[in-house]
Amino acid sequence: MSYDEAKLTCISTLEGHKFRIWHCAWSPKGTLLASCGEDKTIHIWGPEDHASTKGPWALRSVLTDGHDRSIRHVAWSPCGNYLASSSFDGTTVIWSRKDKVDFESLTTLEGHESEVKCSAWSPSGSFLASCSRDKTTLIWGIDFDEDESDAFSCNEVLQAHSQDIKRVVWHPNLDVLVSCSYDDKIKIYKEDGFDWIVNATLTSHTSTVWSVDFNSDGSRLASVSEDKTLKIWNKFDSGNDLKIGFDNDEPTWKCVCTIDGDHQRGIYDVSWNKLTDLIATACADNGVRIYKESTSENSNESPNFELIHCNREAHNQDVNAISWNPAHPELLATASDDSIIKIWCFS
Amino acid sequence: MLNSELELENKNPIVYEVSKNRKNKKTDKDINDSVEVPIDEEEIFDYIRDIHDPEHPLSLEQLNVVSLENIRVKDSCVSVRFTPTIPHCSLATLIGLAIKTKLLRSLPLHFKIDVSITPGSHSSEKPINKQLADKERVAAALENKELQRSVDECLHP
Repeated sequence: MSYDEAKLTCISTLEGHKFRIWHCAWSPKGTLLASCGEDKTIHIWGPEDHASTKGPWALRSVLTDGHDRSIRHVAWSPCGNYLASSSFDGTTVIWSRKDKVDFESLTTLEGHESEVKCSAWSPSGSFLASCSRDKTTLIWGIDFDEDESDAFSCNEVLQAHSQDIKRVVWHPNLDVLVSCSYDDKIKIYKEDGFDWIVNATLTSHTSTVWSVDFNSDGSRLASVSEDKTLKIWNKFDSGNDLKIGFDNDEPTWKCVCTIDGDHQRGIYDVSWNKLTDLIATACADNGVRIYKESTSENSNESPNFELIHCNREAHNQDVNAISWNPAHPELLATASDDSIIKIWCFS
Repeated sequence: MLNSELELENKNPIVYEVSKNRKNKKTDKDINDSVEVPIDEEEIFDYIRDIHDPEHPLSLEQLNVVSLENIRVKDSCVSVRFTPTIPHCSLATLIGLAIKTKLLRSLPLHFKIDVSITPGSHSSEKPINKQLADKERVAAALENKELQRSVDECLHP
């Protein structure tokens, strides 16, 4: 497919939230979009015509009374039957799906000492990670076998960062967790027996790392920062041909590409399309940008990424979140301070 | 914590003369006029010059914490540098937050507002600037009732 004539077209402008929207997330099948923000609600959106995700989208339900303060982040479980919402009120609420678009609050996870910034379900469905301004990441074990409301127990308190933790993201198919922080660092964790340990610390950004996302097989990671750069990290397994990182048996992560100069302000979110490999960024300069890797011979060591699309007026204010639809790879959702969600088609 | 210090940090601050020049406030005619008057440095200064210092009954202009020459406006980006009265001022973050809040409330929503410390005027310049630039932490701070009250006290003396 050639991207020379590709266009980013807005197919739906979704209004309903009051005030700033902090985040939006597609359901695993890509048929619903959940959003959250300063108005303390979660909105669930779906296609107006149930058969077509490419037509206009509409509001399907609103979840209220879960939180006392702004909802910063919302995450779907891999099965699509649960939602986790994280709030400045210090809690994560688990919502259980009762009907197609109807959810009810199942339980409230308490444990953080201040604002919860993000939560994420592991691909196996065994764990939920949550991170906070209190500098900790909690790992909750999940067991839905008995009483649903008792399904979550805190297994681990990770204190690897020295500052506010902004985002946690799981590897696409392994129980490997990544977190990024106000301390400018990215940490990778894995399970070691009954404990979780820091496997790698990725240092290169010069300011807050707002978000990270893996590529489809988890061999690469994209990160975005207040320092206005997008960085691509490559995993080098022990015994790699390039002889990078031979000091132990653990894989080594190395920054192989820094995209500097395109973004005019801090970058708040990044989404790596698992089906097309395109990378999209959400920036405080109101812009949405799309990158594609341009093939080169030594692509592992020093890949090139080309800016194939830039819309500096995607929103009227900061773009806070961006996400490729997991099932319909041409669909992209963005959420902004302007209290609007847009669904775009890139083709 | 902010109000707990009984001892004033800077007991005898230098008081500067305030400028009498005020940009003409928008008249009804301007508002009705379809021609939009662009926002300039003087207008920004007018919004923030009367903010009160958290520890003295003086304005930020009287203490020379804010001044017209430390304001830049370009397109829809406003940048304000403020100068704490002493280099160890523990109230610098609160002052910056008050300036930011005032501008967030005064300016059209699409404006980008950057508030930072005048280079070299504070011992913790870098961490304070980072804190003020982090809109997530600013948003969380402004949801904190106690902090909101401290900010409001600076804005409504």
